[in-house]
Amino acid sequence: MQYIPNILFLLLLVAGVGYFTKNIRTVIRNIKLGIPVAINDHKKERYGNVARIALGQSKLLKRPISGALHAIVYLGFIIINIEVLEIIIDGLLGTHRVFAFLGGFYDFLIGTFEILALLVLVSVILFWTRRNVLKIKRFLSPEMKGWPKQDGNIILYFEVVLMGLFLLMNSSDYALQQMGAAHYIQAGSYPVSSLFVGIFDTMSQSSLVLLERTAWWLHITGILIFLNYLYFSKHLHILLAFPNVYFGAITPKGQFKNNQAVTAEVKMMMDPAADPFAAPAPDAPPPPKFGASDVMDLTQVQLLNAYTCTECGRCTSECPANQTGKKLSPRKIMMDTRDRLQQVSKNMDTNQGVFVPDGKQLLNDYITTEELWACTTCNACVEACPVSIDPLSIIMDMRQYLVMEQSAAPTELNATMTNIENNGAPWPFNQMDRLDWAKE
Amino acid sequence: MSDVLKVPTMADFMAQGKQPEVLFWVGCAGSFDDRAKKITKAFVKLLNNAGVEFAVLGTEESCTGDPAKRAGNEFLFQMQAATNIEVLNAYKVQKIVTACPHCFNTINNEYPQLGGNYQVMHHTQFLKTLLNDGRLKVEGGKFKGKKITFHDPCYLGRANGEYEAPRDLLRKLEVELVEMKRCKTNGLCCGAGGAQMFKEPEPGNKDINVERTQEAVQTKASIVATGCPFCNTMMTDGVKHQEQEQQVQVMDVAQMIADASEL
Ligand code: HEM
Ligand code: SF4
Ligand code: SF4
Repeated sequence: MQYIPNILFLLLLVAGVGYFTKNIRTVIRNIKLGIPVAINDHKKERYGNVARIALGQSKLLKRPISGALHAIVYLGFIIINIEVLEIIIDGLLGTHRVFAFLGGFYDFLIGTFEILALLVLVSVILFWTRRNVLKIKRFLSPEMKGWPKQDGNIILYFEVVLMGLFLLMNSSDYALQQMGAAHYIQAGSYPVSSLFVGIFDTMSQSSLVLLERTAWWLHITGILIFLNYLYFSKHLHILLAFPNVYFGAITPKGQFKNNQAVTAEVKMMMDPAADPFAAPAPDAPPPPKFGASDVMDLTQVQLLNAYTCTECGRCTSECPANQTGKKLSPRKIMMDTRDRLQQVSKNMDTNQGVFVPDGKQLLNDYITTEELWACTTCNACVEACPVSIDPLSIIMDMRQYLVMEQSAAPTELNATMTNIENNGAPWPFNQMDRLDWAKE
Repeated sequence: MSDVLKVPTMADFMAQGKQPEVLFWVGCAGSFDDRAKKITKAFVKLLNNAGVEFAVLGTEESCTGDPAKRAGNEFLFQMQAATNIEVLNAYKVQKIVTACPHCFNTINNEYPQLGGNYQVMHHTQFLKTLLNDGRLKVEGGKFKGKKITFHDPCYLGRANGEYEAPRDLLRKLEVELVEMKRCKTNGLCCGAGGAQMFKEPEPGNKDINVERTQEAVQTKASIVATGCPFCNTMMTDGVKHQEQEQQVQVMDVAQMIADASEL
């Protein structure tokens, strides 16, 4: 009988971690639907980016208020999670505060965790105020209605509850320690929770133990639920920000990738020896699809981008098209890509892991051509993103599909392209007049 | 200075069996657009004045393909690139300067994988090296003490990380350089990039160039300096839209330097 809590704990842990693992495998499977990209260059520079941008939060801090609040939550969260290690060992072995033997260092650790927990609590409340009380424009865009808004708040509630339980667990533990209750070893320092230990004065030892145990169990259960919530939330960024920054572009932002399938075709056309009327070889691969109309046409990095997006809207708030009332919002491009990818994922789950065409695609069903054509390719969104996401590359791939597969450019652009083709300039001037300016 | 501009072509140099110091890539706007042609000429005057042996491709130059690529027509872009690279490589061109950030970006970043490897400079970068080498004199002249703001072209700034060369030149003109709130990495686009120059904007509540020029006008600068022919057009139109053309002028950095020395 005495092992029942340990067994319960083990079951809880296995279920929590197991379900989380399953979801992460789904994320990986879905990302692999994208076109593979071999990125094994510039390792040093890439790790440098991870250190600065992800670990060091350098781009987040460009907006000092939300940046500083985030840095506290982020640091607090990571450091406080050292405590989770102790909780897991205690849970499995039936010990209590197994690291207490560290003595003074243990006091220091627990003291630090408590102060951080308080700071996190305050920051999260400020985050909530920013989202729900202050009218901050980037939280009010059309794409933030409904689930995304709820999601943003749920995460904050989670943090409040977890930090609250952590402090409650500590303060009741501290009260029990002072009573000299059996099993409650005198360890740790409690700069925060000792402040409100007075409220337990009237409680009996047994109800205090019950309180302490309840807080302890709810806290670890909460952490496991939180872990499993990530997959359904923009909060997946707490894991994916790191690989995403690693794979972020390190070339100049103005350098757009050259489509290699096109290069091959152009080479053939320019080759005087090639016969333009030759029938394709019977074993020739099918002609490649140019550009992207659905998530499978995007690269794995672009799909990773979609899962990483924090929906912070810094991209959109810098976007010249969005600022002047156009429909385009780079954040929505990322959210749509993820939503469509999740739809494809569900489709695969119900069809034994194979995608069965559902008559939908990213283009039109999620992202409209009006949005795509409003982009000036200014790279403001790419520059603004604190986690190295590139919404512009998706816009470009989709434009490429529109023009090369559907000949669906706006009429004026068709005229421009005809001019370039015929006169070597976007305007209808004769190439032979190109030096006339020198004589004028 | 004589009124006739000295503009030799690569073919001229080839005929004499010589190589110029640098190829001046004029670009479509610089060749055909009335406002941009003034930038082209101002830059040529500066080159001549500094004694730079340069050449242009003239009628052998063709659109780099930037608007085609950014409009989604990768095929047309790569055809343009292949044609241009063939010409440039045939002339064994090594160094290119251009007054258009779009041409600069395309040739510098997107041509190498297609077989075109050159050292490419934006004209403000090139002018700065001339200045450093003592070949070019930049003096305040009529701009001395004037309030001036610089609009960062996206394809020079964010796209390629060059924020200082144009500003260094402006400082040399002894102007009072004031920055717009959205400048450098946070600079706001003029609205022309990504082939927007060639189409009507999507429905919205404002044109991007108006949003941008409002910000420029708010600085109370008497000149909005630019380094891109497309920005130049967009900003000029934006200033007109606000009926500010009496108070605010839009000028390329090269035009200002040429003007200051009364070239
Ligand atoms: C590992 C622990 C992390 C935790 C607990 C965490 C927590 C949070 C929370 C609670 C929010 C929501 C803030 C709000 O309500 O506005 C948030 C947003 C965000 N997080 Fe994290 N995060 C973590 C890691 C990271 C990392 C490594 C990055 C990469 C730089 C990152 C980037 C962001 C960004 C860009 C936002 C949006 C912030 C904004 O609105 O300005 N996070 N994070
Ligand atoms: S690149 Fe396009 S989407 Fe991104 S900020 Fe500029 S206009 Fe907006
Ligand atoms: S793409 Fe980047 S900047 Fe835009 S909402 Fe997502 S995380 Fe924020």
